[in-house]
Amino acid sequence: MSGMVTLTFTLNGAPVRIETSPGRRVVDLIREDLGLTAVKEGCGSGECGACAVLVDGVARLSCLMLAAQLEGREVVTAEGLGTIDDPHPIQAAFAAAGAVQCGYCTPGMTVAVAELLARNPSPQRHEAREAISGNLCRCTGYVKIVDAVMDAAQAMGKETK
Amino acid sequence: MNADVRCPGSLAELWPLLEDGFAVMAGGTDLLARRGAPGRVACLERIAGLQGIREEEGLLRMGACETHSRLLRHPLTASGLPVLARALSVLGSPLVRNMGTIGGNIVTASPAGDTLPPLYALDAVVELASRQGTRRVPLDGFILGPGRTALGEGEIVSAVLARIPAAGEVQHFEKVGRRKALAISVVSLAAVLRLDGSGTVASARLALGSVGPTVLRCPRAEAMLTGRRLDRETLLAVGETLREEISPIDDLRATAAYRRTVAGNLPLRLAV
Repeated sequence: MSGMVTLTFTLNGAPVRIETSPGRRVVDLIREDLGLTAVKEGCGSGECGACAVLVDGVARLSCLMLAAQLEGREVVTAEGLGTIDDPHPIQAAFAAAGAVQCGYCTPGMTVAVAELLARNPSPQRHEAREAISGNLCRCTGYVKIVDAVMDAAQAMGKETK
Repeated sequence: MNADVRCPGSLAELWPLLEDGFAVMAGGTDLLARRGAPGRVACLERIAGLQGIREEEGLLRMGACETHSRLLRHPLTASGLPVLARALSVLGSPLVRNMGTIGGNIVTASPAGDTLPPLYALDAVVELASRQGTRRVPLDGFILGPGRTALGEGEIVSAVLARIPAAGEVQHFEKVGRRKALAISVVSLAAVLRLDGSGTVASARLALGSVGPTVLRCPRAEAMLTGRRLDRETLLAVGETLREEISPIDDLRATAAYRRTVAGNLPLRLAV
């Protein structure tokens, strides 16, 4: 018999304790049960990156994760990077560069970029392109998005100096 | 999904789940992408014994649950097995590589699995673990067909081991796909060649992906290369032989004829 379990993990820095089915997809848990809708479901099969979240600092696809996998982990969504009033430098750079069209793919895009810049604070353009190659945007091209990644890297570099 | 999902912290905790009929999930990128995943799932990600990358008696031992990203960034893979590192760098996308594992790629047993041609060309051996202990089998005997392996009941893939070629051996991997990221390979070629001091091939190991029911080693082409130099004439002849050795199909990614043409052209990249 498959019952419910109580999961504890942190979500955007805050502790979460929730009773759920361990086989619930993480994308559904975060969007529907926990109400964080920056996490989008695009393809539901790992090919579009719209559902990306950071799990213990690693960008992962929440449509291909099961709730039980979150026990004890640290999860960060685009909401956890920054807010409208206090945006993360990546989010500010996306806005300033006009690196958004419909914006559906943008939250996942910023999550992938956050992992890149944590690992490699001054990427080359080709490294920025590769880092977002699993995040599909079909509204426009990627030039402004890559510009925004480079701007964010520079802004974050200055910030830490 | 109203499934029962467990994340055992050790192999000892895993065995009873397997006996209860739980399906095994490594990274989940293949299992969960198929939708309607099985109702009872045991995740391997928290079992420390299935992780780690280290040298062991001249072999590189890669824990089955090492993700593609971690393998790709590990100095022992990058320096010792560039043929594998190159394949890892074009597998799926960074997000997929952060989740998918080498053990999962093996058990999925797709003829297009990107890590498989390098592992075939490296004569990799698969370590299988069960409650009874471990055993090792050659990878090319382990994978039987598309999605079919010799995995026994109650067994999991615990590691894959590959000989680290000597410095100076030629290691090459190339994947042809419809686009750069998130593309399943149309044809891929892995080559590991040992040359003598004068540039003559002393031994050759070639493996092609996506051109048959499993990844294929190409013994006739390997024999043809041995004792010859990597010049255009030899490689053209090797390409012709490869075209005869493979058995590609038409599918939505490419026609059999296209795959045959490309497979025969890929060895030309080995020209020196």
